Amino acid sequence: MPQIFHRSTNFISRLTIYGAVVILGALGYALYAIAMSPWYTEQYVKRQQPVPFSHRHHAGELGIDCRYCHTSVEKSSFAGVPPTQTCMTCHSQIWTNASMLEPVRASYRDDKSLEWIRVNALPDFVYFDHSIHVAKGVGCTTCHGQIAQMPLTERAGTLYMSWCLECHRQPEKYLRPKSEVFNPYYEPPSGAKQLELGKKLMAEYHVQSLQTCSTCHR
Amino acid sequence: MGCSKLRTELVPGIPAARGNARSACSLVRVVTVACMGAVAMLLLGCRMDMHIQPKYLPYEPTDFFGDGRSERQPVPGTVARGQLRLDELMFSGRENGVVVDKFPFPITQADLNRGRERYNIYCTPCHDYSGTGRGMIVQRGFPQPPSYHIQRLRDAPAGHFFEVMTNGFGAMYSYAARVEPADRWRIAAYIRVLQLSRNATIQDVPEADRQKLTQQSAGQASGQSMGQSQ
Repeated sequence: MPQIFHRSTNFISRLTIYGAVVILGALGYALYAIAMSPWYTEQYVKRQQPVPFSHRHHAGELGIDCRYCHTSVEKSSFAGVPPTQTCMTCHSQIWTNASMLEPVRASYRDDKSLEWIRVNALPDFVYFDHSIHVAKGVGCTTCHGQIAQMPLTERAGTLYMSWCLECHRQPEKYLRPKSEVFNPYYEPPSGAKQLELGKKLMAEYHVQSLQTCSTCHR
Repeated sequence: MGCSKLRTELVPGIPAARGNARSACSLVRVVTVACMGAVAMLLLGCRMDMHIQPKYLPYEPTDFFGDGRSERQPVPGTVARGQLRLDELMFSGRENGVVVDKFPFPITQADLNRGRERYNIYCTPCHDYSGTGRGMIVQRGFPQPPSYHIQRLRDAPAGHFFEVMTNGFGAMYSYAARVEPADRWRIAAYIRVLQLSRNATIQDVPEADRQKLTQQSAGQASGQSMGQSQ
């Protein structure tokens, strides 16, 4: 019986087998890279807002406390987006002719809400609560990033469940003293010192590593 | 090459076709089916039913009401739980319509600490940390408020500060929506602390602490003289 396949077929078959492995691997990596990319997660993407509000200016340069505007962060699940009255507390007197602020004045004049574009949004099946996090020593910048350096606000985390769990599995890596929760310039101690501090704070604030599904999904 | 011809050959029981062209064709077919399956599964994963549920989250817009707000103002005259405000002193700073120099509850150290914290959040942008009225926003052009350390405000009753925070005063807007009534009283108490800090004598210090202070200042004085001698 004559040989059906030419010798070169050996090479081709190996190439296709190894090639398939490589291609599948590359495909998997590409999918992962896409899933982690700002294009998909919207991390680091700056949003165009009705008014180009700068946290860098207000929270950073002027040093206004987070809670001046986000008043319900300590007692509610929702940190609170300030009503126009809060903006006008200062802007009824300063920058009153700035055209950039016309939407704010119009909102106050006509009693129409400013329609901010949401930057951090969780799916509706996640029940996140700001108040408990700030009460247990999770700082604003831990999740919201270097807010005092953002001219336009961007999402600092991927908001994936793995991102939440990173802290829920090991809170000691991220906790800070309660007095520093609202400090946008807080710098955690490095490495082992943070772990030591975090463990101490976990005991002091009764922080548990909550990982059951119903902690967040109810 | 027509793959359609091969359809029958995939039916079990019928021998698979021989020859390179035909087997390659069935491989293409298997891969195509697998890809379609994967795409179908990915598309199924795109259903957002649970991501976007038929409920309103805070501040979510709606097209149901004319103003686009899902959150409604309560009907005028509504008294929500915990908002029955019969205690005149507590909620207006007045008694029988007169502003009084009284606090509606005894002020403890914890209240003062809370008052300082709230003061630092809501008042310092204009009134600054020491109460002289030269805060950052004033430096940026906001009209300067009076210092707490002028005689008129030293003599002002505590209820006056509460009233100003509640209703606003001059260029200052109301802080009633941002600071709870009890916290407004605690801030008023802390303003008294700031005033006392600039208007106290050694006689105001309790006996035990007074000795400590005099020792400290004596130590500082001697330290200074040592520094001068060097």
